[in-house]
Amino acid sequence: MTFLRELLFPLIAVLCAFLVGAIVVLFIGDSPVETYRLLLGSAFSWPDGIGYTLFFATPLIFTGLAVAVALRGGLLNIGAEGQLYVAAFATAWVGIKLASFPAVLLVPLCCVAAIAAGAVWGAIPGLLKARFGSHEVINTIMLNFIAVALVGYLTQYHYRIPGDPIMESAPIGNAAHIARLGRFVPGLPERIPLNFAFLLALLASWLVYVLLWKTKWGYEIRATGQNPAAAEYGGVSIRRQVVLTMAISGALAGMVGINEVLGYRYRYYDGFSDNYGFTGIAVALLGRNHPLGVIVAALLFAVLQRGGVPVDAFTQLVSKDIVLILQALVILFVAAEAMFRRSGRRWQGAGGSSGQATAPGKI
Amino acid sequence: MRSILTLSLVFSTIRLATPLVWAAIGGLYSERSGVVNIALEGLMLAGAFTAAAVTFYTHSPWAGLGGAMGAAALMASVLAVACIRFKANEVVAGTGINILFLGLPAVLSGALFLSSGSTPQIPKEDLLPTLAQLVPIASQWRILSDVSVMSLLALLVVVLTSYVLYRTPFGLRLRSVGENPEAADAAGVRVNRIRYVSVALSGVLAGVGGAYLSIGQSSLFTRNMTAGRGFIALAALIFGKWRPVQTMLACLLFGFADALTIQMQGVAKLPSGEDVPVQFIQMIPYLVTIVVLAGFIGQSRAPGALGVPYDKES
Repeated sequence: MTFLRELLFPLIAVLCAFLVGAIVVLFIGDSPVETYRLLLGSAFSWPDGIGYTLFFATPLIFTGLAVAVALRGGLLNIGAEGQLYVAAFATAWVGIKLASFPAVLLVPLCCVAAIAAGAVWGAIPGLLKARFGSHEVINTIMLNFIAVALVGYLTQYHYRIPGDPIMESAPIGNAAHIARLGRFVPGLPERIPLNFAFLLALLASWLVYVLLWKTKWGYEIRATGQNPAAAEYGGVSIRRQVVLTMAISGALAGMVGINEVLGYRYRYYDGFSDNYGFTGIAVALLGRNHPLGVIVAALLFAVLQRGGVPVDAFTQLVSKDIVLILQALVILFVAAEAMFRRSGRRWQGAGGSSGQATAPGKI
Repeated sequence: MRSILTLSLVFSTIRLATPLVWAAIGGLYSERSGVVNIALEGLMLAGAFTAAAVTFYTHSPWAGLGGAMGAAALMASVLAVACIRFKANEVVAGTGINILFLGLPAVLSGALFLSSGSTPQIPKEDLLPTLAQLVPIASQWRILSDVSVMSLLALLVVVLTSYVLYRTPFGLRLRSVGENPEAADAAGVRVNRIRYVSVALSGVLAGVGGAYLSIGQSSLFTRNMTAGRGFIALAALIFGKWRPVQTMLACLLFGFADALTIQMQGVAKLPSGEDVPVQFIQMIPYLVTIVVLAGFIGQSRAPGALGVPYDKES
């Protein structure tokens, strides 16, 4: 019953978001039915629809997991965007510097660079909170801007091929490329950038599940998130926990760099992230901060992202930015979920414990 | 260095600080009442788009300004209802509003003007006036001809806010609700009503800041034209320790950093003969905020009940 309820509220939130989205489309003067048909329908064709949807879902699984782990630990990581930028640059940097290494060494090294850079960038706000008590929300926002400026500087002044008008780094070594799934899946052409990072995302989801629910570390993270005072009384060092949780969260966000650099563009491309870090917040909330939920929510947002292209092309007035609106509405409805519980309680008598997904936002 | 530090740098600083002051003072009302306002960026965008669209149709910048205030206040009220009535996490709901206004203006301008990138150009005579346009004699003084009316009004708003916050019953209630809602409630203050008003007010002011961008400083709305100014305003609010005058000074400092970035492009060189990377100047407001929050430059203490929903029963 609890499980069903956990499933019910995100579903209601999504439906409400789509309903309000339909009103916006109607107000503009287009057909909501047609828009939603294009938005949701194009994702299921084989091979392009499914291939691209899974490709788009990959970074969202990583950032969704990143936000979810932090929320489980009572922290709000708004900084996945900055973490993934720094990590993607670090991935490319290793791929460029060690280009002559053989693939068996270079690919793991690049992956370690992505994870380590993300972890470090995530640990900074953790350290600031542990040491000075400054709130991670403001610091992660500030670090997002600093990250974008920093990697922008490095790209523009140090790693761009002279004369290249595009803000992108030199290409990484061929040995650093990871295989596209098209090479192994019959019928899936290799031009579709779906790559091994997708399988890595599924593996990461499983690892996060094991970490959170099967290990002492994970137990401590969750205990800290639910009741820091009690956890501390039970012998958990809150300060250490904050740094550790933010580092894990940053590492997960950093893995976006593996998909982007090693599996897709084979270089660092400035401004590549399509709001992955912020969409990760929606993914985590909708997925109830559970790895399985994160995968499902990431797929939903990937379907929408894929659907934005035909909406742009085939509707008269609606542009693909309707996807951003739906995303924002999902966040708002999931965040204000108490509105459904309130009306739900009336029917159920007393629907007592609300599994509030979000951490208290004390700044 | 002399070539950089000219009078035009001063004007440029004032111009660039103006939208920050409006938004930051808006954020001040919300946060001093205890509601985190991370949505300043989105509220500014709401104001900027509405101002441009309304001015384009009515040819009146004042109608545009009113529209901007109304639209942003409406969106701020949505945020307030989500956070106060339904106890949504304020940061999460604010992020939702920010993402909403990356998408909504693009979709609306796509439908209204068949261009999802921007609204049409507004003729110069329909824009918010500079001081020289209002007081014809003043056009001889450069300081007045270059300064927008909105800059002067921003200064007035700061003074007015200082007065309201520290000298009126409403200000006292607002501060008490933000510091200690239980005590305020016990004293008969309607905690949530004060918070609704404050958050809506933050929308009005942030909306003006956005309108200044689209129909003051520039002459059209472009996609994501705030480019992080809402967050810089938030940073200024923290740097200014949630106090009106200090917040304005922080805005001026960040405006100055911005002005310097623009002036240094292609002009200033490092001793090695390279351009000064603008990225490092762009980082300043954000680095300053982190340092201030960590307590290195004086303590910046947030209102006591910031981010804590108030529930009478609990």
